[in-house]
Amino acid sequence: MARKTPEVNAGSMADIAFLMLIFFLVTTTMDVDTGIMVQLPPPHDPNQEIQDFKERNIMKILVNSSDRLLVNGKPGDIRTLRNDVIDFMSIHENNPDYPEVTPKFIDGLGQVNVTKGLISLKNDRGTSYEMYIRVQDELELAFKELKNRASVKHFGREYDKLISKDRIKAINKAVPKRVSEAEPEDIGGK
Amino acid sequence: MSRFKQKGGKEVPAISTSSLPDIIFMLLFFFMVTTTMRQADVLVRNNLPQATDVQKLEKKSLVSFIYVGPPTNKKYGTESRIQLNERFATIEEIQEFIFKEREARNEADKKKLITSLKVDKETKMGVVTDIKQELRQANALKVVYSSNKKTDLK
Repeated sequence: MARKTPEVNAGSMADIAFLMLIFFLVTTTMDVDTGIMVQLPPPHDPNQEIQDFKERNIMKILVNSSDRLLVNGKPGDIRTLRNDVIDFMSIHENNPDYPEVTPKFIDGLGQVNVTKGLISLKNDRGTSYEMYIRVQDELELAFKELKNRASVKHFGREYDKLISKDRIKAINKAVPKRVSEAEPEDIGGK
Repeated sequence: MSRFKQKGGKEVPAISTSSLPDIIFMLLFFFMVTTTMRQADVLVRNNLPQATDVQKLEKKSLVSFIYVGPPTNKKYGTESRIQLNERFATIEEIQEFIFKEREARNEADKKKLITSLKVDKETKMGVVTDIKQELRQANALKVVYSSNKKTDLK
């Protein structure tokens, strides 16, 4: 102990800790709520006439009480559902196996073909919520992919990367998300 | 100064501040542990389903929550039940709940209200459909199916 070592100044440690405290207070996001956003149809109006759709324009998806899928009368698979929907809703001109297409004028795109296809989703009261969300998710992803394709075709970049609001609107018009949810049925029991 | 030091050995020692960081750290941990953002106690099991394409809910003040799931306390049964504002409710009470939620907001926000359905994944769709019908009747058409982001790699 010939020489005394100078004491390390610990006064600034508090400041460092304070900085960290403030940093954590600001950055912690407590369980961010995420989910699938949907818009419900307005209340059912009894006077409203029932719209008639041609058989070829509708893709019927049924989910029964044991979470099995029936797509257009054939047993379906959740794993292929997305591609089925994409295939169905894509533009197929003059093909009687696919929905009709109508030429439509859209600002920013000009004359484009728009499908008249419609997804009809029907589930049983006994369907599990998990399966329902999976189907919803697949539909969401399918339409996203369709929008991406349209966007790449017309503007050369993906839908997510579009900046101009007019362009986003145009794509939304060209690829409308047409999903109808039928009133549920109680077929499978409880 | 130095003159004084040399002279008097009776100087008051500086207060040690080395323990201050520790105190602050304790505060930090206290806040980190105790902060819970959820206002309501959830009385139902809430295993949310997973989805790939989820959106973040931006404005928390505009969201009202409806919890559905089997009660955590077995004495209330095992069937899925609806929880509104920290208590169990029946399906008929949903419209009233929505109107009350609407009343609590100011005029500009009333139309932008979002209803978040926090539904346990094992719930049957029957309950959910009933809720959806009630929400349609109450004109609360913006609905979020609360779900967690799927993390698995495909």
